[in-house]
Amino acid sequence: MTVNLDNRPAHDLVPAREGSAGAGLAGRLWAAARPVARRPGMLLAGLFVLFVVAAAFVPNLFASADPDATNGPDKLQPPSAAHWFGTDELGRDLYSRIIHGSALTIEGTLIAVGLAAAGGLLIGVVAGFFGRWIDAVLMRAVDVVLAVPPLLLALTIVTALGFGTVPTALAVGIGITPGFARTTRAEVLKVKTLPYVEAARTGGASRLRILIRHVLPNSWGPVLVLAILDSGTAILVISSLSFLGFGAPPPAADWGGLISDGSDYLITSPYLSLLPGLFVVAVVFSINHLARSIEELQR
Amino acid sequence: MKRYLLTRVGQALVVLWAAYTATFLILNLLPSNPVALRLSGANVQIQDLTPAQLAQIEAQYGLNKPVIEQYFSMLWNALHLNFGQSTSLSLPVSTVLAQRLPTTATLAAFAVVFMLILGFGVAYLAAWVQWRPAKIVLSRVPAIGVSVPSFWVGLLLIQVFSFDLGWFPSTGSNGLSSYVLPAVSMALPAGAVLAQVLTSSFEKVLREPYIATAKAKGLSRATIQFRHALRNAALPTLTLLGLLIATAVTGAVIAETVFSISGVGRLAQQAVLSQDVPVVQAIVLVAAVLFVTVNLIVDLLYPLLDPRIAYIPKVV
Repeated sequence: MTVNLDNRPAHDLVPAREGSAGAGLAGRLWAAARPVARRPGMLLAGLFVLFVVAAAFVPNLFASADPDATNGPDKLQPPSAAHWFGTDELGRDLYSRIIHGSALTIEGTLIAVGLAAAGGLLIGVVAGFFGRWIDAVLMRAVDVVLAVPPLLLALTIVTALGFGTVPTALAVGIGITPGFARTTRAEVLKVKTLPYVEAARTGGASRLRILIRHVLPNSWGPVLVLAILDSGTAILVISSLSFLGFGAPPPAADWGGLISDGSDYLITSPYLSLLPGLFVVAVVFSINHLARSIEELQR
Repeated sequence: MKRYLLTRVGQALVVLWAAYTATFLILNLLPSNPVALRLSGANVQIQDLTPAQLAQIEAQYGLNKPVIEQYFSMLWNALHLNFGQSTSLSLPVSTVLAQRLPTTATLAAFAVVFMLILGFGVAYLAAWVQWRPAKIVLSRVPAIGVSVPSFWVGLLLIQVFSFDLGWFPSTGSNGLSSYVLPAVSMALPAGAVLAQVLTSSFEKVLREPYIATAKAKGLSRATIQFRHALRNAALPTLTLLGLLIATAVTGAVIAETVFSISGVGRLAQQAVLSQDVPVVQAIVLVAAVLFVTVNLIVDLLYPLLDPRIAYIPKVV
């Protein structure tokens, strides 16, 4: 053992990250940006996701038309320069409705994934770190939730909680929690046996300190990837639920609701349901691509 | 072997029981009034009723008894395939299910077959073609497949194959041709996942030494891929099969709604809309039985298909 350089307690010596020494600020920025710049697809996907999330919070910035303003003479117009995605049966601008609808869908997605990540992280860390009977009980509970097909679990919860953006988001969140719990547990089990955790224990750190300072920061990488990946899944399931009629009540419409509304006019104006659907595909595909790229970068 | 079988079946039964209990808890203990839930199923507002009427309804559904007692009587009845009375259709749930199950079973069978064809087909081709652009496209296509909402695929299929080309009917369940489009829309998400897993599995297997050996003894590429690579590449997908089949089958809820087919899936959608608790609970139970059975069969088949896996781990 060599000299303790910066007077930190011995058990806090986390392994140094590669490449952080030497180079100046510009060099370091370039080092961080280079893997991203080498992947134009990832950059594009990231920008699109950023656009959608921004649209969810400040929709007026991206769509000037009022999403609820009806306009009789202009109803069921195909896409044009004035109405990029056309207009619906009441003459409302479809592009504006999609942009404003993203507020509902993205809000639901954030609630769902936030709940699942928080709950799953807690269950996984407790189960993995404390082991024994706590682990057995928690993991059996997770198995039970996994024994109900996800869509039906969501339907059950929606039946009990009622309809709307928040109930559907909670239903989806509970459904994807087991995945987070399992991933976190597996990661904690792996990290728990690594030499630096053992070193910390030998150094006299308490269990709580080891958990918070060493195990947690080193096991959330895969959880982050899962959180991004599951945002895509959550968008799909939330859209499905609101397509089935369990989402926000009209006139507000999230993406699934827009597709459902448009499907009544499939023969005369197919773009009314096909364009919002294409938008959902683009968002989910970008999210999946982003998650996979991040996973590759972490390796 | 016999012992392994018994333990596995026992485990499956425990999981089923737990799943039933979990749905009971969700439907009865979440902050919602069970009487109001059942009344809204029958389209009655709770405020319109006198306390006497309310008490009568509570007695009718057995809601005046303690929750524990309700739970055990429901469990006992469910074991005898009596799922109670549907509140929105005023028919016994088992009658409605029996009417609708055949349609959904046919649809589900179609969907599972399409899923397997789609998943294996794309992955097999991706491993087979050597022209790089085609290979890249084939290995990326599944990534788009998992990003597509299945109800939207259904609408797209209706638009193209019913309205434009007129090949298949867009609604109803008359004849086998009407099952094709909904089954494809159900098969797509699960098929895309299957294709992704298989493609990466093929990549791994084709780098194995025994493939080099097969090449060295002069076998053709076709023989190598079909006889030597396929079976080994397919093994890892077995563990996913239960989940994939469940995904494809529960897609019936969406597909039957899009294509207006009156099966169990549409029943589920309508039951949730009218908050028909007994129907929802029965459907979830049926789906859980299917899911657990498929997983059980896969688990029991696994050691037969992969002799390297023993039923009981040997203690050295």
